[in-house]
Amino acid sequence: MTEPGVSPAARSQAAASGAAAKPPGVRVNVEQASYSYTVRRQAAPIFTLEATTFQARDRELVAVLGPNASGKSTLLRLMAGSIAPLTGRVELDGFETSRLDPRTRAQRIAMVQQESSLIFPARAGDYVLQGRHPHGRSLWFEKEEDYDIANNALVQVGAEHLQDRWMHQLSGGEKQRVVLARALAQQPLVLLLDEPTLHLDIGAQVDLMIRLRRLAEQNRYTVIVVTHELGLAAEFADQIVLLHRGKCLRVGTPAEVYRQDVLEQVFEAPLDVVIGPEGRPHVQIQGRREQAHI
Amino acid sequence: MTRPLTLRRTVWTCVGLTIVLLGVVLLALRLGAVPFSLEALGQNVWWLLTRQTDKVSTDFRLIMVEIRLPRILLGILVGAALSVAGAGFQALLRNPLADPYVLGVSSGAAVGAIISMLAAPRYPWITPLAAFVGAAATIAAVYLLGRREGQLDSSTLLLAGIISASFLSAIIIFLMTTLASREIRGMAFWLMGDLSTALPPGLLWIFVVFFFAATGAIYTTASDLNLLLSGEREAMHLGVDVTRVKLVVYVSASILTGLAVSVSGAIGYVGLLVPHVIRMLFGSDYRLLIPTAAIGGAIAVVFADTLARTVVAPTELPVGAMTAIAGAPVFIYLLRRRLA
Repeated sequence: MTEPGVSPAARSQAAASGAAAKPPGVRVNVEQASYSYTVRRQAAPIFTLEATTFQARDRELVAVLGPNASGKSTLLRLMAGSIAPLTGRVELDGFETSRLDPRTRAQRIAMVQQESSLIFPARAGDYVLQGRHPHGRSLWFEKEEDYDIANNALVQVGAEHLQDRWMHQLSGGEKQRVVLARALAQQPLVLLLDEPTLHLDIGAQVDLMIRLRRLAEQNRYTVIVVTHELGLAAEFADQIVLLHRGKCLRVGTPAEVYRQDVLEQVFEAPLDVVIGPEGRPHVQIQGRREQAHI
Repeated sequence: MTRPLTLRRTVWTCVGLTIVLLGVVLLALRLGAVPFSLEALGQNVWWLLTRQTDKVSTDFRLIMVEIRLPRILLGILVGAALSVAGAGFQALLRNPLADPYVLGVSSGAAVGAIISMLAAPRYPWITPLAAFVGAAATIAAVYLLGRREGQLDSSTLLLAGIISASFLSAIIIFLMTTLASREIRGMAFWLMGDLSTALPPGLLWIFVVFFFAATGAIYTTASDLNLLLSGEREAMHLGVDVTRVKLVVYVSASILTGLAVSVSGAIGYVGLLVPHVIRMLFGSDYRLLIPTAAIGGAIAVVFADTLARTVVAPTELPVGAMTAIAGAPVFIYLLRRRLA
């Protein structure tokens, strides 16, 4: 398969290099990684993510873009190390993520899930403190330092006023910020977010993306966001990984990836792509109201 | 940050509860078919401690040292074991209604215990082992039956537990009919939960050692359990070795249930009631919940047993009847509140 978004030079370099000789500055290295889900052994796979290759540096915001069932969450789980690739490799600073022990992994990779259910009520402050867990020992009580770090995390997402509120009483946007604060409290290198804008209104969506950009810059994170929001990805991502039905179609900057024919095929909708003055593409839905009248 | 859980707060909460436990123990020592005054109690204990054993009355020695004290110690161990097992199962199954009795785990342990009593009556130490095997097999079955499309479903799980309990009760009745009629009354009493049969000293030590080993093992996973409650995937992303933690809790909680059932039968609802009250009082952090639930379970069972001995004195009720009378309505209340 081909990935027009990656320059041939970069691809040959990635293919030739092992863990030791990766290009400088690369933090997450996904190299020809594939995965497939089967119900039973020897049964035909029900879903396959075909070989995917891309690299992400620190301070970079990568959007994994695609419609539902395109393999976005599978790719995210591969990067999180909760599943091991069938072929190829997924590395963080040269270590395969699926081989790291859970504690070390959680010190380096933080995951913000779509939704989390709590059986017993928890206050936002205590919830954020959970992010300190990978830094503690088994019989462990939080130290002063842990409270400071959790507090700073809440300040960074602008949610310090929420710390005594119960999680289940927060609004969608507030909850999302607290969940993000817990991920920051892990002090990771990589921040993975699974559809973080799903239940947010447009104001909260933009607020979150601006925050993620700023965090990538200030905390030197690599931020990887799974999303199907074409507009947000185009506006805020440095790099786009476009997935379609388990295939990695394109990797590159938004301007490189956002081609009208490709997007229309992937999202199965009539779309217009306009390149804005600052070089970022804007996606518009084509007005085809006549179709509605048939 | 406000309201931090510190080691100091954990220790002081445990100390406070231990004082309550001592109070209940004192009450349990005094009350009964033959009541003792606090004064006589203190006097005799003083004589015992200062080794002036000749001054201790025979009544006191017989009733206190031979009957009531062993029974209270047994109640403490059984209550603590059931309560910690309940808290463990609640985290393992992510279900606040999980309890060894409700899930049929106690019945499974009872089947194991009865089979060992029938098959090898001369080896009493096999009974706890058989009860452990019965408990472990039942919780494994309930866990597998309670899964739906790979996910643990709360209501399916409870149903699976209740069905298992009723199936196992049928097996118990089947086994009991093979017994001579003289033994049935004792066995029926034991099944309802009964602390009146004192343990042989050898068995008591096995119980104490395994109780502390299993509770300690669960306690080492306390901060992991806090995270496990918000889901396995999420716990894993926060650095919890989910497979290891689940295995530790599964084995330890089964050991605790097996021990408790093998010596006292199926005392119900302690594992549900006590952790729930503790959560309301002190919050749901497992680092505090495990030790306080252990002490709270001891308080609950000793208190319930004291009531069982005194409300219809001189006749005795099985303590399991007392805990079920208190526990079943609370279970219904919790279930309705969750569904609301």
